[in-house]
Amino acid sequence: MVARKVTDIAILKEIAKEIRKSVILSLSEAGSGHLGGSLDLADIFSCLYFNLIRHDPSVPLWAERDRVILSIGHVAPVLYATLAEAGYFPKEELLTLRKSGSRLQGHPGRDHGLPGLELSAGSLGQGLSVATGRALAGKMDHASWRVWCILGDGELQEGSVWEAAMSAAHHRLDHLTAIVDRNGVQIDGSTEQVMALEPLKDKWEAFGWKVIECDGNDPAQFLAAAVKATETRNQPSVILAKTIMGKGVGTIEGDYHWHGKVPSKEEAALFIRQLEEQS
Amino acid sequence: MNGFTNRGNKPTKSGFGEGLKQAGELNPTVVAIGADITASVGVNIFAERFPERFFSMGIAEQNGVAVAAGLALEGKTPVFCTYGVFSAFRAADQIRVSVCYNNLHVIIGGAHAGVSVGPDGATHQALEDLAVMRALPNMTVLSPCDYTQARLATIAACNQLTGPVYIRFGREAMPDFTTEEMGFVPGKAQLLHPGNDLSILATGHLTWEALEAARMLEEQGIHARVINIHTIKPLDEEMIIRAARETSFIITAEEHQVAGGLGSAVAEVVVKNHPVPMHFIGMHDRFGESGKPAELMEKFGMTARSIFETARKCL
Repeated sequence: MVARKVTDIAILKEIAKEIRKSVILSLSEAGSGHLGGSLDLADIFSCLYFNLIRHDPSVPLWAERDRVILSIGHVAPVLYATLAEAGYFPKEELLTLRKSGSRLQGHPGRDHGLPGLELSAGSLGQGLSVATGRALAGKMDHASWRVWCILGDGELQEGSVWEAAMSAAHHRLDHLTAIVDRNGVQIDGSTEQVMALEPLKDKWEAFGWKVIECDGNDPAQFLAAAVKATETRNQPSVILAKTIMGKGVGTIEGDYHWHGKVPSKEEAALFIRQLEEQS
Repeated sequence: MNGFTNRGNKPTKSGFGEGLKQAGELNPTVVAIGADITASVGVNIFAERFPERFFSMGIAEQNGVAVAAGLALEGKTPVFCTYGVFSAFRAADQIRVSVCYNNLHVIIGGAHAGVSVGPDGATHQALEDLAVMRALPNMTVLSPCDYTQARLATIAACNQLTGPVYIRFGREAMPDFTTEEMGFVPGKAQLLHPGNDLSILATGHLTWEALEAARMLEEQGIHARVINIHTIKPLDEEMIIRAARETSFIITAEEHQVAGGLGSAVAEVVVKNHPVPMHFIGMHDRFGESGKPAELMEKFGMTARSIFETARKCL
């Protein structure tokens, strides 16, 4: 059964809240992993899997599905939480994250059999190339599906991302959209201090991409940006989605120390309370 | 005569190019990715025959390999080829994660293998590629010995094998002596010359040199067994163990560092199953250099004469 399409923004926000709760609980249980980025991407994942993409959780490998490539494997918790929320596997399994024998590897690993994974990834700077290859195959076969690729902003410091950007534009892959999680921070601090990315819009435009900017924590804005992306012709599109690391949990919002940190059981309970208190 | 006829010298890279075109004719899923030097590595033959199945990606090996992974995820059979020093090293992380960890049927070609590349010198002579590629889980590693075998190995890599494949070949025209009738079965080594005094296990260009060494030894009444190890991984352990049991020592011969390549792979099998003395013909922990191919083969001891002398010394 093709997944439901949620158009009510309030419901998309509720789903994002559920995803955030799952992320906090699974990471707290795992004892290691990446919380900040997983939280800030919850709105985008809610929009993708519950509104934008064509998919069928009961037939994960449905040939006509849209492909979502997660290049930043370290935010696997938000992907897992979303897939469970969409019905790919039971939510209880989220608590096995990073444990021995789990299908929920620290970074996505297709060899462990979790349904819904499009790529085993973890080494930065490879996902956009893989997405380009898939999009090339789709173009060759005149397929109707699209490719979405989620990148981190720190990841853009990898040179191979720009090789991929050059090639996707060269081959005019207009059914490919990259989404950059522009939270502005990475493990060592602000992206602009570690290795400046700005002017980022100009860079993508210079590489031949249609650039759309939006607030990645505002589902209405993100959906509007995504529609613009799908309407782009003869060039690939990129959504520079401005987000706040740790979004949804007031005490940690914007704090880069939470990039690769996880909450204790007590902190997890506190964070979930903070989520609940939001409108 | 060493039992085989050299039908004329031809580069193994041309065997790869012709094999790729033939694989494409038999299998519509075969596609190729270019990294600029397409004519130099033989991919141009496929590109001219199937322009709609050829994708130019420029001098960007990391992207080229991961694009190939994406194509494979959609059921294509992508072939990415450039010089081995670039395909196996510049893109090593992409091969490891996007190709091997995802266990995708991507064929990586490593051209310009060995010192026989000649005047281009050390930067362009792939001498460590087998070591790196064979260490990767899921990877099959092929190292054909001549034009005909390179052609058959390429067709097998595309249309018979599954999972990641690395296939290595050289630039210089070398004796073309194997035949279509001999066939090519991945993982099955070929016994080319019988003998029970010693065994010479060779791969790539040094297979012909091993046959020549066996001929020279035969003239002195020494019977060397010559085995062509065209598949470095998975190794034909059965044939190697039999060689260890039935002959007094083993010489391995490869145009590659002795650390990690054919010699190491064979030693792992021999030590575990039936230890016998071994001698390693290959590069001994140094880079190559510029020169004529034959001069360099001579200089680094990768000749029939060198194999012959090693055998004589050890008997």
